[in-house]
Amino acid sequence: MTAFGKLVRTTAFRLTLVYLFLFALFAASLLGYFAWNTRRLITEQIATTVNAETGELSDIFTRRGLHGLVFNIENRALRPGANLYLVATPQGRAIAGNVGSLAPGVMASTGWSETAYRRLDDQDSGDHRALVLVSELGGGFRLLIGRDLEERRRLFGIVAKAAQWSVLIVVVLGLGGGIFVARRVLRRIDAMTGTTQRIMAGDLSGRLPVGRSGDELDRLAENLNAMLERIEALMMGLKEVSDNIAHDLKTPLTRLRNRAEEALAKSGSEAEYRTALERTIEESDGLIRTFNALLMIARAESGQARGNMDDFDAADVAKGIHELYEPLAEDDGMTLHVRTASTPLHGNRELISQALANLVENAIKYGKPDPVVQPLSAAADAKEILIEARREGDFVLISVTDHGPGIPESDRKHAVERFVRLEASRTQPGSGLGLSLASAVATLHGGELRLGDAHPGLTATLAIPAAAGVSDRLAAQTPDVPQKVA
Amino acid sequence: MSATDQNMRLLIIEDDRESADYLAKAFREVGYVADLAGDGEEGLALAETGDYDVLVVDRMLPKRDGLSLIGSLRDKGNRTPVLILSALGQVDDRIKGLRAGGDDYLPKPYSFAELLARVEVLSRRHGGPAEETSYRVGDLELDRLSHRVARGKDELTLQPREFRLLEYLMKHAGQVVTRTMLLENVWDYHFDPQTNVIDVHISRLRSKIDKGFERPLLHTIRGAGYMIRDGIR
Repeated sequence: MTAFGKLVRTTAFRLTLVYLFLFALFAASLLGYFAWNTRRLITEQIATTVNAETGELSDIFTRRGLHGLVFNIENRALRPGANLYLVATPQGRAIAGNVGSLAPGVMASTGWSETAYRRLDDQDSGDHRALVLVSELGGGFRLLIGRDLEERRRLFGIVAKAAQWSVLIVVVLGLGGGIFVARRVLRRIDAMTGTTQRIMAGDLSGRLPVGRSGDELDRLAENLNAMLERIEALMMGLKEVSDNIAHDLKTPLTRLRNRAEEALAKSGSEAEYRTALERTIEESDGLIRTFNALLMIARAESGQARGNMDDFDAADVAKGIHELYEPLAEDDGMTLHVRTASTPLHGNRELISQALANLVENAIKYGKPDPVVQPLSAAADAKEILIEARREGDFVLISVTDHGPGIPESDRKHAVERFVRLEASRTQPGSGLGLSLASAVATLHGGELRLGDAHPGLTATLAIPAAAGVSDRLAAQTPDVPQKVA
Repeated sequence: MSATDQNMRLLIIEDDRESADYLAKAFREVGYVADLAGDGEEGLALAETGDYDVLVVDRMLPKRDGLSLIGSLRDKGNRTPVLILSALGQVDDRIKGLRAGGDDYLPKPYSFAELLARVEVLSRRHGGPAEETSYRVGDLELDRLSHRVARGKDELTLQPREFRLLEYLMKHAGQVVTRTMLLENVWDYHFDPQTNVIDVHISRLRSKIDKGFERPLLHTIRGAGYMIRDGIR
């Protein structure tokens, strides 16, 4: 498309054309109305004077006869810029006046008519037009009195010219303005198009230019930029996930492959094959778990799980998880306690349960007291893990506190990232996704995962904004929970 | 592993030829009759005409989607139990599958042991007796109404959750139940714990119902899950 073609196709230019047409039409009709009215006024004026003079001259004819009339007319005809006068006999012969020739048949009928004429004293051969009144005098004589229409024609000419010019000016200025506006808009749109093309080509960091006028294009650009920001963040997240998958799934996959290869090469007995195969399955189960956790995090982070939210009591979730993990903690030499107050919450129950389960699993795994740092006398207390659900201000806090080594303040932010397993925990099994999943779940609910110091130990808290009206809705529900038996 | 129903008829609707063949072979080895369908239309036609005990339906199928297949079967009054296999393993996908008329949902990748256990439970549910008020395995007795559990002459005291765990196991006595099935049906959680949390609950239960008795009833099935049954059988 040529530059001009593009310009002509812009909305601004097309609108200009429409307005231009409307304005030209408006100007033309205004002037037309003006011209028509003026013409009518002039005609009326002529008619009035001609009528008056006709009356006057008829009167003279009645009182002083033909001679008086002729004398009077000759006199009048001599005045400069005089009217047209003609007196004719019943036979149609002119006997007085200043008219040289007339269009044929004008004198034959009485009344108003418009006619071409020539004066007696006229030198030029140009045609003139006049508005004339023919009236019958006594004795078959006819009197014609008329007025030249040149004035009216000239005025009409002036108006017509004004109309031409004004329409021309409207068109020129309108076109110029249209092109100016269209080019301005086009320049900005071109800049936007250029940026979007760069973005489409893969450069997600590009942003649309935003002017200072705050007009609709600026607002559009701002919104598009906000959208691009979000897309970029999501893309970065996706890239991070795929990088992490590539990195952290390849390692166990390689291990898996090596083990299978080794078993194939070295195993002699069926028992050895069996052991190798069992370990292979174990390892692949671990891989599947990691993969599921990653997908879950990605889903929570992209906000897809928002569809499954309902009202429930965080205390029930805390009690449920306590009930599930209490025996496990005890087997591990720890004690798991729960302390809750009724804390209504709106969210995805399954995800919050899972996040809390991860925090509890972490506490059981890593929350054992450090025998070097802590005196043995405190050991009984130190083996306690506490699950709490409570309301604090506008937040529902679901926390797990252990009295293990905790996480140093400098490491806390780092600990939430995917696959991060802090130095101390490298020897323990696990995917390293527990805290990131908990964090993603908290973020999905508009909250955050807080890691704090329990002096000693770690307090991991899911802080989720309490939604308004949840407690009323929960209270309205029937309190009895049907026993689910499949 | 022994199949309890020797004549169980199964229809596997799965478009991936290799996994379908693998499944059919594995099911036949435990004594099932397994038919195969490669797409949704063929699957629907077979499911309507054949007399199957359980349908195993992949969620994403050529020609006709798995969920639409189930919906169409249910619309025609066909109540054959359906187990949905799907690569989509999230909670809301599961809910969608069950809402469409599926009876169970198993995300890929799965172990055959898990699939077999679930199919057995489904088929039993289909043809078996209605919910009973009490269960008995060997000399172990559970009364669902009075919440009493006794082994022989000994009254056993169980925690509420232990009672429900035992109830579920006894309801499916003689069948393998997997850890995931227990977590889903007894605890109503659908996530995968990273630890052996179910095993600990089982060992607690075992210490209450089997400890001090000559014949153990609660068995661990290696690589699959647990089963409660009278050891003699």
